[in-house]
Amino acid sequence: MGHEHKLSIFRGLVTFKSNTQKIWGVLVFLSIITAIEVALGIIKPEVLTQNSFLAMKLLNWIFIILTLVKAYYIAWDFMHLRDEKAGLRRAVVWTGVFLIGYLSFILLVEGNYIYDIYKAGFVKWEF
Amino acid sequence: MDTTVTNAQSAPVWGGGNKPLEASYGKMMMWFFILSDALTFSGFLVAYGFSRFKFIESWPIADEVFTHVPFFHGNYPMYYVAFMTFVLIMSSVTMVLAVDAGHKMKKTAVTWYMFLTVIGGIIFVGSQAWEWATFIKGDFGALETKGGRILQFVDANTGERLAIRDFAATLPSHRTQHESKNGIWFSSEKALPSFSLEEVVAGVEAHENVLIRTEKITAEGEKTLLSRAETLGKLSAATQVVEGANLIQNEYGSRLFADFFFFITGFHGFHVFTGVLINLIIFFNVLLGTYEKRGHYEMVEKVGLYWHFVDLVWVFVFTFFYLV
Repeated sequence: MGHEHKLSIFRGLVTFKSNTQKIWGVLVFLSIITAIEVALGIIKPEVLTQNSFLAMKLLNWIFIILTLVKAYYIAWDFMHLRDEKAGLRRAVVWTGVFLIGYLSFILLVEGNYIYDIYKAGFVKWEF
Repeated sequence: MDTTVTNAQSAPVWGGGNKPLEASYGKMMMWFFILSDALTFSGFLVAYGFSRFKFIESWPIADEVFTHVPFFHGNYPMYYVAFMTFVLIMSSVTMVLAVDAGHKMKKTAVTWYMFLTVIGGIIFVGSQAWEWATFIKGDFGALETKGGRILQFVDANTGERLAIRDFAATLPSHRTQHESKNGIWFSSEKALPSFSLEEVVAGVEAHENVLIRTEKITAEGEKTLLSRAETLGKLSAATQVVEGANLIQNEYGSRLFADFFFFITGFHGFHVFTGVLINLIIFFNVLLGTYEKRGHYEMVEKVGLYWHFVDLVWVFVFTFFYLV
């Protein structure tokens, strides 16, 4: 209730005149990001699929980073986390970040391990 | 920083008199729920990642699977999902606009924005249903080997995918579906594929241009294409014809891919569906003037949080299912 809206995004680079304007601004930003993702997904530039960083294709890094950017703006501006107390915001965000990060880490490492076992093991999978 | 500092002198602190988060009970509980639901979804998505990492060399390529747009023929990877994503983001926007209008106590505006949000949600669920139907129905058909691997077909001249109906031979056969009404009542089988294994094998042998494509992904990130000699050799490994996808078979490749597709988009679709129902309830409450009488529209913000969360999850599903 009665919260004041913070009208600046991009760390104060862009400040909107009203909350309604900010909502449309964020929509434009999210749409541009989605358009970039779809375009990259269709074109799949060689440079990005043939090179990788930390065992992941550059293209996939771009997709994941853009997704996190989108998630940030949905949570901060649509779900009003920007206007909430820092305590509430941190309780929600960091809990999720730690638990989900941990879960992804252990399960992906495990998946990769099983892949190695299948590959190097003495069981034939393709017949 | 606006972090809360407890002032020991004022306020009945012991009795819980201070309000560190300045959020109402309902809003806090909605955030609790959203956080736990986010963990459920990440459990699903991480399980998907786990299985994909296990079969990283043979996982289906999503933009070869989802290539359809309603009312259009041809190969349009991703366009329809992109449209669905946009619809959901758009309905998120109308939702925030409803909350914004609620702050200003504009009943008509809230009503209209809630209405548009519901419409957006319905379009999204409808699109998902269509996507499911297309996925289940299948496209080209494939053969499955004894080891459960999928063999798909490609035209050697054009490099395009071939559907089994394009080349399968027609052989005289009397095989009919066994239904429980025709024999013992507890024994039946599912619908037979449009072509028998023998017909597909004969078709491949008769057409020089048919090549088999296996699940294995090459260094270039494409599926392995066999030569004509390898194709003929591979045929003997096939045990059945697969058309479309369900929880047991999947013509697009790994069965797990279909299973996760159904579970993750299904679970998300269920959230969208309940979101639409809850939004409808709130819409009627706004219409009846419930929040006008209450003096504030916080309820709209609370269901809004749920609705944005559904959008947020879709952003991740979109990335991990269709893009990466």
